[in-house]
Amino acid sequence: MKILVCISHVPDTTSKINFTEDNTKFDTNGVQFVINPNDEFGLTRAIWFKEKQGASVTVVNVGGSETEPTLRKALAIGADEAIRVNAEATDGFFVAKQLAKVVEDGDFDLIIAGRESIDYNGGMVPGMLASLTNANFINTCIGLEVNGDTATATREIDGGKETLKTSLPLVIGAQKGLVEESDLRIPNMRGIMMARKKQLTVLEPVEANQETKAVQFEKPAPKGEVKLISPDNVDELVNLLHNEAKVI
Amino acid sequence: MKPDLFEAPDYFNIDDLLSEEHKLVRDAARSWVKREISPIIEEYAQKAEFPKQIINGLAEIGAFGPYIPEEYGGAGLDQISYGLIMQEIERGDSGVRSTASVQSSLVMYPIWKYGSEEQRQKYLPKLATGEFMGCFGLTEPDHGSNPGGMITNFKDKGDHYLLNGAKMWISNAPFADIAIVWAKNEEGRIHGLIVERGMEGFSTPETHNKWSLRASSTGELIFDNVQVPKTNLLPGKSGLGAPLGCLDSARYGIAWGAIGAAMDCYDTALRYAKERIQFDKPIAATQLQQKKLAEMLTEITKAQLMALRLGQLKNENKATTAQISMAKRNNVDMALKIAREARQVLGGMGITGEYSIMRHMMNLESVITYEGTHDIHLLITGADITGMPAFK
Ligand SMILES: Cc1cc2nc3c(=O)[nH]c(=O)nc-3n(C[C@H](O)[C@H](O)[C@H](O)COP(=O)(O)OP(=O)(O)OC[C@H]3O[C@@H](n4cnc5c(N)ncnc54)[C@H](O)[C@@H]3O)c2cc1C
Repeated sequence: MKILVCISHVPDTTSKINFTEDNTKFDTNGVQFVINPNDEFGLTRAIWFKEKQGASVTVVNVGGSETEPTLRKALAIGADEAIRVNAEATDGFFVAKQLAKVVEDGDFDLIIAGRESIDYNGGMVPGMLASLTNANFINTCIGLEVNGDTATATREIDGGKETLKTSLPLVIGAQKGLVEESDLRIPNMRGIMMARKKQLTVLEPVEANQETKAVQFEKPAPKGEVKLISPDNVDELVNLLHNEAKVI
Repeated sequence: MKPDLFEAPDYFNIDDLLSEEHKLVRDAARSWVKREISPIIEEYAQKAEFPKQIINGLAEIGAFGPYIPEEYGGAGLDQISYGLIMQEIERGDSGVRSTASVQSSLVMYPIWKYGSEEQRQKYLPKLATGEFMGCFGLTEPDHGSNPGGMITNFKDKGDHYLLNGAKMWISNAPFADIAIVWAKNEEGRIHGLIVERGMEGFSTPETHNKWSLRASSTGELIFDNVQVPKTNLLPGKSGLGAPLGCLDSARYGIAWGAIGAAMDCYDTALRYAKERIQFDKPIAATQLQQKKLAEMLTEITKAQLMALRLGQLKNENKATTAQISMAKRNNVDMALKIAREARQVLGGMGITGEYSIMRHMMNLESVITYEGTHDIHLLITGADITGMPAFK
C-alpha cells in the first residue's frame, strides 16, 4: 500500500497571532511552526501501517522552502520520502490541485490529510482532493483499518460514531481519535540521523487558479475586564449578572 | 505536579542562529522531557530515587554520547546539538542531566579519546544504547578541588594491575556497570582504568540523605585489592590532563544545562506572576516582580549567547579550558540566582513540590559545586588572565 500524507506547516498553538499588510497577511515573525496536529494524527497512523502492514509513506507539503523543517521532522518520525511543491499555499483549491497532481503521478492508494489545518481552518482540501482524483472520501475519521483493497473507517458524527466500508483509493480527513495524543511519535536520534539521507523532492507547481482571496483578518475582541466580587456579596453578583451582563 | 506548560524564552531570536537539525534535535528532547520526565520527576526526587525506566528514552533522544561518531554507536552530532540536549534535559531536572553528562562526557568521551580500538568497540555501542551505564571516579574523600593529590593507586602485578583506594561523590555509581577510575601508578602518574561491576573487591555503596540531585544516584567506589586486567587501562593519555579533558567536555554541557534549569524557573515564575492576583491586580503588574522577571530574562539571554558561541568554538576545536570554566561558572551561578528569585515570585507556592523551582534550586547547589566549584572556576580564569595561578 502506498500512502501519501499531506502535511501543513502551521503555527504552534501557543503562538501569538498578529497580521500585517493591512490585516491581510499573517505575521510569521517570531512564530514557531509545527506539523498540523490533525496531519500528525494521520502521519502516526500511516507509520503504524508502515510498521504493521509494510506500507510505504510519502509526505507532501505545498509551500516555500521554510516548510522543509516540518517535512524533515516527518521523515525523522518515520516517513520514507518527502515531496515539497514549491508554491505558496494560497487557497484550498490551489493546494488541492497541486496535491491531485502528486497523487496521480505517485499512484497512491491511501491519502491521509488532516480534517483541517489549524491555521486557517479551511477544511476544504481533503474533499476537493478526493473529487479531483476520483477517490472515495471519509472525513472526520477517527479509526481506519485497511485489508487489501477494502478500508473500514470510523467517523465521528453528532453524538455518536459511524462505521463505513469503502474501497481504495481513499482520501481521509484525519483527526484526533485516529490515534491518541499519547501515540504521537517523538523523533528519536536514529530517526533524525536517517532523515538526513532520505529523499526530499522539490516539484514546481502546476497551473491552477486561486479561487478565493483573503480580504481581511480580524482578531476576536479582547476579553473584557474581570470583576472580582467577594463570596459574601451575593447581592452584588446577582445585580451585575442581571443589570450589566444581562444573563439572568 | 502541575501540567508542564513550558515555553522556552528566546528573546534575541537565537533560534535563527541554529540549524534545522539543531532545532529538530532540541525539540525532540524538549517533547520527550515534557512527556517522560515532567510527570514523574517530582515523585522520584521526593523519594530520592533515580528513575531507571528512563534510561532507554534517554538513549533514544541521543542523550548518551550524541557527538560520538556513528561507527561507535553515537549520533555523530556537533557540540551545539549536545549542548541543546543537555539544556532540555536539565530543564526537566539537573539530576537526570547529570546522569546523561556522566555517561556522555565522563565515560564515553574518555573511552573514545583515550581508549584502544578494542575498548571503543567493546564499550561505546552499549553505552550509547544505555545497555551499559557508566560512572567517573575522580574525587576522593580528601581530594576534591585538588584531584592531583589523589591516593587511589595501582600496582603492576605482571599479568594484571592491583587497584586500591576509594572515590567519593560519584554520580551513577550505585547502578553503574563500569567505572572510569583515575588512579596513580607506582611512579605517581595518573591513568584511567575501566573497572567493571563484579570484579572482586569492588563495591559501590550509595550516598544517602542528599538535599540536592535527589533523582540522581550518588555513591562511593571502593577498591580493595581489585585485580584489573591490563587491557582495561586507557592507553591514549595519562596525567591530570586526561581526566581534566573529560571535565572540559562535561562542563561545557553543564554551561548549556544550567540554562535549561533557569528557563524553567523563569517560565514558571512569569506564568505564575501573570495569574496570581494580590491587591486586585496580577503581581506581574508590580514593578518589583517585573524587575525580577526582566533581569532573569536578561541573564538567560546573555547565557544563551555565551553557550552558543562556546559551542561554535568547540565545533572548531578552539574552545579553551578557561573559556569553558567561565561559561560553566557564569551560567550555573545565573541559574541558581534565578531559581532563588523565581522561588520568591511564587511566594509560599514556591516552597512545595507542585512547582519545579525549589527542586531546581536545590539541584543547582550541587551543580555549582561539582565539576569544579564556583571558586575554582574563578581561579582558573584568574590564572588564565594573570598568568599567576592562585590555587596554592
Ligand atoms: C551530587 C554530587 C555529584 C558528584 N559527582 C561526581 C562524580 O560523578 N565524579 C567525581 O569525580 N566527583 C563528583 N562529585 C564531586 C565534586 O566534583 C566535588 O565535590 C568538587 O570537586 C569539590 O570537592 P570537595 O567537595 O572535596 O570540596 P573542597 O575541594 O574541599 O572545597 C571546599 C570549599 O573550598 C573551596 N576551595 C578549595 N580549594 C580552594 C582554593 N585553592 N582557593 C579557594 N577556595 C578553595 C571550594 O571552592 C569550596 O568552596 C560530585 C559531587 C556532588 C555533590
